[in-house]
Amino acid sequence: MHELSIVASVVDTVTESAAAYPGARVLEVRLRVGALASVVVDSLEFCWGIATEGTGIEGARLVVHTVPVVVWCAPCGKASELDGVQSFRCPLCGEASMDLRQGRELEIESIEIEDAGETN
Amino acid sequence: MTTRIVELRQGILKKNDELARALRQNFTSAGVLVLNLVSSPGTGKTAFLEWTLRELLARGSRAAALVGDLETDNDARRLAASGAPVRQINTHGICHLDAEMIEKHLAGWQGVELGGLDYLFIENVGNLVCPSSYDLGEKIRVALLSVTEGEDKPLKYPTLFNSADAAVITKIDIAEPCGFDRELALRNINEIRPGIRIFETSSKTGAGMEDWLGYLVEQRVARDG
Repeated sequence: MHELSIVASVVDTVTESAAAYPGARVLEVRLRVGALASVVVDSLEFCWGIATEGTGIEGARLVVHTVPVVVWCAPCGKASELDGVQSFRCPLCGEASMDLRQGRELEIESIEIEDAGETN
Repeated sequence: MTTRIVELRQGILKKNDELARALRQNFTSAGVLVLNLVSSPGTGKTAFLEWTLRELLARGSRAAALVGDLETDNDARRLAASGAPVRQINTHGICHLDAEMIEKHLAGWQGVELGGLDYLFIENVGNLVCPSSYDLGEKIRVALLSVTEGEDKPLKYPTLFNSADAAVITKIDIAEPCGFDRELALRNINEIRPGIRIFETSSKTGAGMEDWLGYLVEQRVARDG
């Protein structure tokens, strides 16, 4: 939920960050969304066009990289990916684990920019 | 055409997270234990909190509550009957509380100083989806579910339950007529959130509330020590 306000927040942050590269054009914005982040990727994509229209980053592509939950299992001494979010157990030994190394992310990973003076 | 990648690695809810961090800092300095109560609408958060506040005050503890609802101050009025200071937050349509709302409602709260409190309870808007993303600076996040809601509630809302520090099963006085499968519910809660503390209570009969109060005292002592 709140995909529109999430996307609006992304637009603000990216615009702010792009200001460090005067004249550059933002081509792509890459998000990293964990399986537990409670965000609907389709809705993000849908809202992206609306939120970027008329802004300095209109036309930039949105790429969402979704990542699974990864738990650290102390008995196994290993980190493992989980298939879903219905059970928090090491897939190797079945031991329950609350040591989540990945899966809660909701972040802007990076942006791809085209330097100033390069446009055709 | 020269292009390059600029790594940002920045949280999208950064603004809320930063405010929440500042709140958490203030709460720690003030020595107040803060809890965020989250559940579906109708689980019994208000009745549970009403009982909790009444008992804490009767035992000489200093407690207050912030309660969030889209509209009305009905819950604040109910809770105020306990004798504790209570302030209503009306979101007028927003489906969750956020750190900014907490900050705003703590500021200028007549007669309430964080330093003068042992406990601050935040009753969130009835919703198991959106509150999971919004840190309020709490020390303990409590997920509540009632015996009328189905044993698979935690499986349906894994993000919220996985983020919780404690769970409360409410309305246990009507568990039998509801055909509530207690073992299954406990199993599901543990599956989604291994090792979570679980309380089973009835605000009608008072069952289980002593354990819950014991937990509050234990958590306060733990943070002070």
